[in-house]
This record gives sequence, C-alpha cells and structure tokens, in this order.
Amino acid sequence: MQTEKINKHLVLKNATIIDPFNSTEINGDIYIKEGKINSIGKATYPSSSKIIDCTDRIVTHGFCDIHVHFREPGEEYKEDLNSGSQAAIAGGFTRVCVMPNTSPVIDSPELIRYIVNRSNECPIHIHPIGAVTKSQKGKELTEMKAMLNEGAVAFSDDGVPIENSSVLRNALSYSSMFYENIKIINHAEDLTLKNSSVMNEGIISTKLGLEGSPDITESNMVLRDLEIAKITNAHIHIPHVSAGKSVKHINSVKKDYDKVTAEVTPHHLFFSDEDLQDYNANLKVAPPIRTRDDRKILINALKDGTIDCIATDHAPHALEEKECGFNCASFGMIGLESCYGAVNKILLKENNFNVISLLKLMTTNPRKIMGFENDLFSKGKDAELVILDPKEKWKFAEKNIYSKSKNSPFIGEDLVGKVKYTIVKGLINKI
Amino acid sequence: MKNKHLIGLEGYPKQDINEIIETAFSFKEVLERPIKKVPSLQGKTIVNLFFENSTRTRISFELAEKRLSADSINFSASSSSLNKGETFKDTVKNIESMKIDAAVIRHSFPGSALMLTNYIDSVVINAGDGTHEHPTQALLDIVSLKEKFGYIKNLKIGIIGDIAHSRVALSNIYGLITLGAKVTLCGPSTLMPIKIEELGLTVNNNIDEVIEWADAINVLRIQRERMNNALIPSVREYRKLFGITQSRIEKHNSELVIMHPGPMNRWVEIDSNVADSEQAIILDQVLNGVATRMAILYLLLSGTTKKDS
Ligand SMILES: [Zn+2]
Repeated sequence: MQTEKINKHLVLKNATIIDPFNSTEINGDIYIKEGKINSIGKATYPSSSKIIDCTDRIVTHGFCDIHVHFREPGEEYKEDLNSGSQAAIAGGFTRVCVMPNTSPVIDSPELIRYIVNRSNECPIHIHPIGAVTKSQKGKELTEMKAMLNEGAVAFSDDGVPIENSSVLRNALSYSSMFYENIKIINHAEDLTLKNSSVMNEGIISTKLGLEGSPDITESNMVLRDLEIAKITNAHIHIPHVSAGKSVKHINSVKKDYDKVTAEVTPHHLFFSDEDLQDYNANLKVAPPIRTRDDRKILINALKDGTIDCIATDHAPHALEEKECGFNCASFGMIGLESCYGAVNKILLKENNFNVISLLKLMTTNPRKIMGFENDLFSKGKDAELVILDPKEKWKFAEKNIYSKSKNSPFIGEDLVGKVKYTIVKGLINKI
Repeated sequence: MKNKHLIGLEGYPKQDINEIIETAFSFKEVLERPIKKVPSLQGKTIVNLFFENSTRTRISFELAEKRLSADSINFSASSSSLNKGETFKDTVKNIESMKIDAAVIRHSFPGSALMLTNYIDSVVINAGDGTHEHPTQALLDIVSLKEKFGYIKNLKIGIIGDIAHSRVALSNIYGLITLGAKVTLCGPSTLMPIKIEELGLTVNNNIDEVIEWADAINVLRIQRERMNNALIPSVREYRKLFGITQSRIEKHNSELVIMHPGPMNRWVEIDSNVADSEQAIILDQVLNGVATRMAILYLLLSGTTKKDS
C-alpha cells in the first residue's frame, strides 16, 4: 500500500461515477480541490492537477462498516485502531464503527472519549459503539446520554447476547429518549440452546462429530428482540443475520414497524456449513455459518430490502487462538480486506444485483442506519471515496491482509472486484 | 493403500478396508504362535500421542507395535508440557523433529487427527478424535464380525446407545455401509445425532425390534454425566428402554451376537451375564484389536505403501 497526501488539485479522470445517495451513474471526471469535492462529471481544473486515470473503474463513496472489532484497548496483539484502519483502507472502508467488547469494555463516557481521541490520530473515521450494560454483564445500563455526548453512535453488548428480556426492554426504552434514531444492537443467540456448540446443527455437524446449534438459536432471540423493540417503540438493529428463519421474522415485523434494520456479513453470504468439512477453524464464527438454503435466503433478503446492509464483523484473533483445534478455537474471522471482492462476486456476478444497489449496501445504507452524512458527492464535502476495478479477478492471499491477524477463510478463494484506491482524511491510499 | 493416513472411514476405499481385514487375519495367526513377534517394522519409530487417557486403546497399539518390532514411544498429556501452556502444534512439531515414522493420536477434539496431518509429515493414525471417528475400533469390530460370520455384506448390525457422544458409532457406520452391511441405530432420541439417517441407515428406538432384526449388535457405553444435561432421566429408565438384558435376548433373538467396544458399565447398558455369555464376542474383539492395528501399521508403514506423501 502506498499512501500520500492528497494533492491540492486532484482529478479522477474518465471514471464511472456512481453516487449511491442519489442513485446516479455517470461517466466523467471528479475534480477534488484542496481535499474537497469541487465538481463531478464535466470538470474544469488546472493543468497542474494530479491525474488518476480511472478508465474502466468505478468511483463511489467510501465504504462504511458498522460492525468491526479492533481490539483496542486490551488485546493489541490481535489488532489496534491503527492496524485496523489499514485493514479497512485495504478493503475500501473509510468509516467504521468499533464494537465495545474490549478490555476494559467501552462502557463509560471516558472510554468513549478515549476511542474518539485515538480515532482522530487514525487515517479513517472510527466511531465507537458503547456497551449497553456495564462490563457487558447484562445487568446495569451504561450512562448512555453521557456516552452519546462523547461520540458514541450506538449501543451493543456484541459478543454477549442480552439474555434478560427486561434489561433489553429497558435499554431500548431508555436509549430512545435521546435521539430519534439511536440503535441498540443485540447479538442474537439463545445461549441455553447454543450450549457449547461450535457450528450450525445439521448433517455436517453430525458427520464432523461437532456440537451444533439449530437456526432457531438465533431466530428465537431475533423474534424476541423485535417484539420488545415494538412495545418500547425504539430502534433495534439486528447484527450478522445468519438464519433464514430470522429473515422471516424481520420481514414480517418490518411490514408494520419501521424502526428495524439488519445487517449480514460477507461470510454468511459466501460460505455454507459444507465448507467446514475439513475443520477450518477460520470458519468458526458466532453466529455460525449455516446451510446453503439459509445462504440463499440471506441473499434474497438483501435484494428485497429485508436486510439493509453488509457489515463484516471483522474479528481478529491470533494464530494460536485459531489453530488449537476447532473446538477450542475462538469465534470470529477478519473480513475487511476481502469484503468487496467477495460480495461483488456473490451478488453482482452470481445473483444479478445491479451495481448501484450493491454499492448502497456498503455505503449509503450503513451510513443511514448510523445517521452519518450521506450526500458525499455534493460540492464542498471532504473527499471520502474509493476507486474500484469491478471486474478484476484475483485470489485472496495472506499478502492482501493488513490486519495484525490472519484468520481469514477467504485465503485461497477466487474473488471478483478489487479496491484500487481509498481516499479519505486527506490521504490517497493506493492499494 | 490409497491413503497415506488413517483419519476416518468416511469415504475410505472399500478395497483398502478389505486389505486391512485380510492382513489382520494373517497377523492373528502370528498372535496364536508361541513366538508372537515378526520383524516387519524393524527400524520404524512410532509415537503414541495420547492427549486423552485411553488405557485399552493405548495398550492395544503398543502391543501391536511391539509385535511388529517397531520402536515406540508414549506421550501422554498428563506427563507433558501441555499443562505448562505449550500449544498442540509446538508439542507435535517437537516430537516430529525427533524423526518418527508414524504418530498414533488420541485427542478429545473432533478433527484433531486431521489437524495433525497439517503439522507433521509422518503417517497419522487416528486412535479416536473426540466424538468424531475411531476408525481402528470400527475396523477391529468389522474383523470380528467377519471372523464370526464369514461375510459382511447384508449383515444386519444394530448399534445401541449413546450414538451422539460416541466416536465408535460413526466409524462403524461408514465402514459397515461401505462393505454392504445394513445398519440400524437404536438409542434415546436425545442421544441421536441430528439427520444421521442421511448416512444411509435406519433409526429405530424400539430395542426389542432391533434385537429381533439384527445378526449382531454393538452396545455402546452410557455415561452417567448424560443425566446431568437432561439427556436421559435415570439408569433405571435407560435399562428399561434400551438395556441389553438376558430376558430380551432370550425372548427376541437367542442367536444374536453381542459386541461392546468397552469399557462396559455392567448392569447399565448391558447385563453382566449377557456380556459374559457365549454369544458375546467382546474378548475376541480385544485380541482382534491387536491384529487389526498390526495390519494397519504394517500396511501404512512398510515400504510397499510409500505412494503419496
Ligand atoms: Zn456479534
């Protein structure tokens, strides 16, 4: 990766410019003056401008991932905000939301401030999600208002489901006092049904001799969460939907209740439990990779809008935490660097998505969920964009990983579509 | 032999299973001689990696190795640096650097034998990986059935008890089905792995019917821990529903051949007098275990089998 400061006059020439906010696609140039969007389409610019030739390339909004784990503070051997930023840039992400399950847990305004301050030193925009409950114990609420004031953008005990229904109810109700749009995100897995399972329950778990958990482990809790959100009239966001049955519940509640959003990961779209047959611990995630049928339903849910966006759940783990055997391996995989190539391959190439609706899933839609600025291509906005080659075929390899951890099952997979440049915070990053 | 390792019987070639059976019978002859040792694997070094205790399986392998004149070393987790935080990978890489030819591995994690093949170049033999497979046990069971009946094809075999927590069941299912036997599983529905009938077998939780139908049954151990997780209510109820009792055998199938991979819980899954009866071949299984393991070690380790690496 090469990084340089953005030139005073920068022109992205001869690009396919896709503005997912306005749903437009035009061919032309983008003139960026002093780091800000100046003109799009037919641009006039000084002859001294730095030119990046974008023939056959897409220029669009920088990607936004509302679900990543950057492990800082406490587990910097896995990742920190700097290395996580590099992984994000390599994947075309200019903006991410970091989950609070660090050590200590981000459960106070002071710790939110810490993340915000550290974020200011990083080359991408990083927003903290605060914990719903103190130490993620599922008992006492955190000081949500003070945390919002310091820069928290949502609340989640991610990694740990909020099991106590009254606590979730109170969290939803309490959080809804402050902003119209504030999200509670609950990791939905019924732990009493999950037991010590390590994958989806089915013929594959039977053949592998591994304990599995059925799809209703997730969908039961999703249904509970949706119903609790409804009686509190608060916003709920369902993370990393893995089961077809969860999609069904989300779809039916969304019909008469609009304060529900949901995300899906690239790995739940790309893999099925059949890929676990050689015990690849990099495919051990929570919630687990489910069946081919679930995978199909997830893809269709993105098509019909039941699921709103893609989020990677980028979860770095050290090699030792993954290669000790499937049973003892930690849950989670990294996902930023491989996201676009994987999603573009599955949705655009194999499932006939159109390019604008695909890009919305990684730009406009996640920004909307978090209430971030979304009209990024209007005049005067700071340049926050990516240059993509949508057709490049490549094999994902360890050398493409910028995260401190290498726990990716995409290693060795053929992907389609590659991030060429990520431009954000006054820097041009050539991938 | 087609495969370098023996990890499991899923997809294992029929021809290789047959070769193991035939070779096991030859070695059984050796075991009947006054001098029970052959020089077949002289100069080969085999390490028995027992990350989980299993006295029977370990002794059986050790004896097989000694009878073949191989040098063997035993590693057990309790005496090892694993307790001091050393990783599995470091441990096995250390052992391999001592120039071994084969590793026999027993580990409580499913997939551990396969994982070992990623870390070392030697031949790997799975001696039980958690609740996944235990291929040498299944092969010795098959050898015992072949010895008893003279054939495997169309034999009717019942596997009884805690299928879900068994490493023996899956391997038996794969091996028996490959050889054309018919398999019925019988046990509490809470101990039956999900969708297991997709492997090409029948599930029937009426023990009387299964006893009547079968030529032989393989009785699995029931562990008392299962009661703590609300899987079965009591030994009394288990015996009532699935116990291999003298009266059941007498009533439904007095010819039935009885197997048990051990260790047995007498009066729990099986009546003591049934276990000790003429129709039980439980002790034959033990001797056949040594012969079968000799056959496997010989076929995987002797010079003629060095095909792929
Ligand atoms: Zn989660």
